[in-house]
Amino acid sequence: MAPVLQSSQPWVEKYRPKQVKDVAHQDEVVRVLTNTLETTNCPHMLFYGPPGTGKTTTALAIAHQLYGPELYKSRVLELNASDDRGINVVRTKIKNFAAVAVGTVRHGSGYPCPPYKIIILDEADSMTEDAQNALRRTMETYSKVTRFFFICNYISRIIEPLASRCAKFRFKPLTEEIMTTRILYICKEEGLNLDSEALSTLSCISQGDLRRAITYLQGAARLFGSSISSKDLISVSGVIPEDVVQALFSACKSGNFDTADKEVKNVIAEGYSVSQMLSQLYDVIVESDDISDEQKARICKKIAEADKCLIDGADEYLQLLGVASNTMCAISNMPSFGS
Amino acid sequence: MLWVDKYRPKTLDKVLVHQDIAQNLKKLVTEQDCPHLLFYGPSGSGKKTLIMALLRQLFGASADKVKVENKNWKVDAGSRTIDVELTTLSSTHHVELSPSDAGFQDRYVVQEIIKEMAKNRPIDTKGKKGFKVLVLNEVDKLSREAQHSLRRTMEKYSSSCRLILCCNSSSKVTEAIRSRCLNMRISAPTEGENFCDTKVRRQLFQPMSMYIVKVLEFIGKKEGLQLPSGFADRIAQQSNRSLRRAILSFETCRVQQYPFTTNQPIPPMDWEEYVSEIASSIFKEQSPKRLFEVRGKLYELLINCIPPEIILKRLLYELLKKLDSELKHETSHWAAYYEHRLRLGQKAIFHLEAFVAKFMSIYKGFLIETFG
Ligand SMILES: Nc1ncnc2c1ncn2[C@@H]1O[C@H](COP(=O)(O)OP(=O)(O)OP(=O)(O)O)[C@@H](O)[C@H]1O
Ligand SMILES: [Mg+2]
Repeated sequence: MAPVLQSSQPWVEKYRPKQVKDVAHQDEVVRVLTNTLETTNCPHMLFYGPPGTGKTTTALAIAHQLYGPELYKSRVLELNASDDRGINVVRTKIKNFAAVAVGTVRHGSGYPCPPYKIIILDEADSMTEDAQNALRRTMETYSKVTRFFFICNYISRIIEPLASRCAKFRFKPLTEEIMTTRILYICKEEGLNLDSEALSTLSCISQGDLRRAITYLQGAARLFGSSISSKDLISVSGVIPEDVVQALFSACKSGNFDTADKEVKNVIAEGYSVSQMLSQLYDVIVESDDISDEQKARICKKIAEADKCLIDGADEYLQLLGVASNTMCAISNMPSFGS
Repeated sequence: MLWVDKYRPKTLDKVLVHQDIAQNLKKLVTEQDCPHLLFYGPSGSGKKTLIMALLRQLFGASADKVKVENKNWKVDAGSRTIDVELTTLSSTHHVELSPSDAGFQDRYVVQEIIKEMAKNRPIDTKGKKGFKVLVLNEVDKLSREAQHSLRRTMEKYSSSCRLILCCNSSSKVTEAIRSRCLNMRISAPTEGENFCDTKVRRQLFQPMSMYIVKVLEFIGKKEGLQLPSGFADRIAQQSNRSLRRAILSFETCRVQQYPFTTNQPIPPMDWEEYVSEIASSIFKEQSPKRLFEVRGKLYELLINCIPPEIILKRLLYELLKKLDSELKHETSHWAAYYEHRLRLGQKAIFHLEAFVAKFMSIYKGFLIETFG
């Protein structure tokens, strides 16, 4: 018996759409690009939107569909944040690639092969402003023979002169419905069983990020076999169980500093992510009936500050303790400290 | 060999703490297509042990044959070349390194060195696995740029390479990276079933497969030691749920006095003693002169490579012990405030000293108000 060749790719890669038309939920860009495939006309493009919504997928798919496997290497330059894209690279590597003239359309390959090259700058929001500025000229000078695809999460990090030269497409977080369809498709391929509760949990915890949904699904499938429950999915997702959040919240309501401190220490020892805790605590606070709006405002302000501090690399224990202490003060109408 | 190393379980079947996770890991790697993994949890909770056992599960005994190398790379950074020096630990199937050791040059490590490693397929094609593994330690200490640089590498070369990332605080790992990994939370083991807290915790959190006390008893048995009742409990209690620490102090006790006696003192860590002294001297007097003395002591700790945030947290712990409620809120607020500043700043000592000064002024104000 011939051994079955096992794919060694994780599911996210295995189920990455190879064709533009298979990209779900991003109708506008799919329409424009499908058009491109016929007319071979293509403007500079800017894709932006949250993680796992299909930006990289779409860019790679169109490039492959335009040139086919043979020409791809010579016609497409993909640079991402894992490449040095400082100003020097823009001036040399990118410029040199952009400057090369390309032959006219080759017939017979079965691919449109338009007479220009494509430079994909993925994760472009991590490029410095200087480097982006250096790109402006290159873009203009070689626009006959080169198209640029910029991809980023935050459009505000792309300088206006670049952005204004591109057709912009916002990639929306996937809706629950689309997510479900896609997940069900994978379940069918992999022989998995999800009940409707598990399905909606999965859409909910991945918050429109299909990559996350697929990763969780694969993790759960490996750990718990082919029948996956909502609880299994939560346990691989890093979402903190509701009773842990409630325990911290009640400790804050107890009015006893030491009780809260102990609970905070627990959260840390259990290894929960504090930024995750803050966002779940935030939800609990906002929905709570027995706290006044003013108290809620005080608490949320502090949560926001702590979140920023964590991004700066501050200590998780101290920040969570700060939030817990402040929450306690707010609930018992004691003055807060600082700011 | 130290007991912490001697009794580090080698295989997933032998681990005592986190048996449930170990079994899960085994299932995860039954197929070739396992996703990238992110291990996170407090220090001393057993992440490294699990990772090493996992490598062994993947690659067999050859994963144990590691060599340690100090490597130098010359990285071309446009206008200049940068020298990067890193220690790597590698077998034929895996490489382990801590990219954050390169400090502010960590971006180059990710862009050049790690990408290069990820690109190349494993040399040994006869091996069972078609991919190699890169273990990256302390990813929470990586700069933002370095973390961004990792994103696409994780996708692009995923057929030839798996990443195992390891860190203490997952909050410092960007969303984009977390979304590319299966997250494995490794909690600190609880002290033992005799601890009243543990019972409450077991209802709240997931059940623990093993307690620190059990591990100590296991080691004691292997070493042929007599443990008086309650002795392991006391060590566990002082360990702050760090298994590593518990085993270390167990061994220290063994060196200091054997046979053990029931109330044999369990030596605290030197530096913790020192911080506790600092706290008392702050309580005794709040003055510029005392501040100056305290500064010298803090400096001493820093010179001995105790990380500043650890000092600050310990100092807070000591101060909180002796304060009444309102001051506790205020003090913990300022501890968080100055630790954040410390992250943003350059010289740790400034911020530690600022915290002490702030506390002295708060405390003095309180004393005057209460006692006139
Ligand atoms: N719209 C979509 N249709 C189908 N699959 C999708 C879609 N969006 C994401 N996916 C799935 O999620 C994975 C990741 O998507 P992709 O790499 O395109 O994300 P991205 O938008 O580039 O995210 P990031 O901003 O983090 O780079 C793909 O491999 C694919 O399996
Ligand atoms: Mg992408």
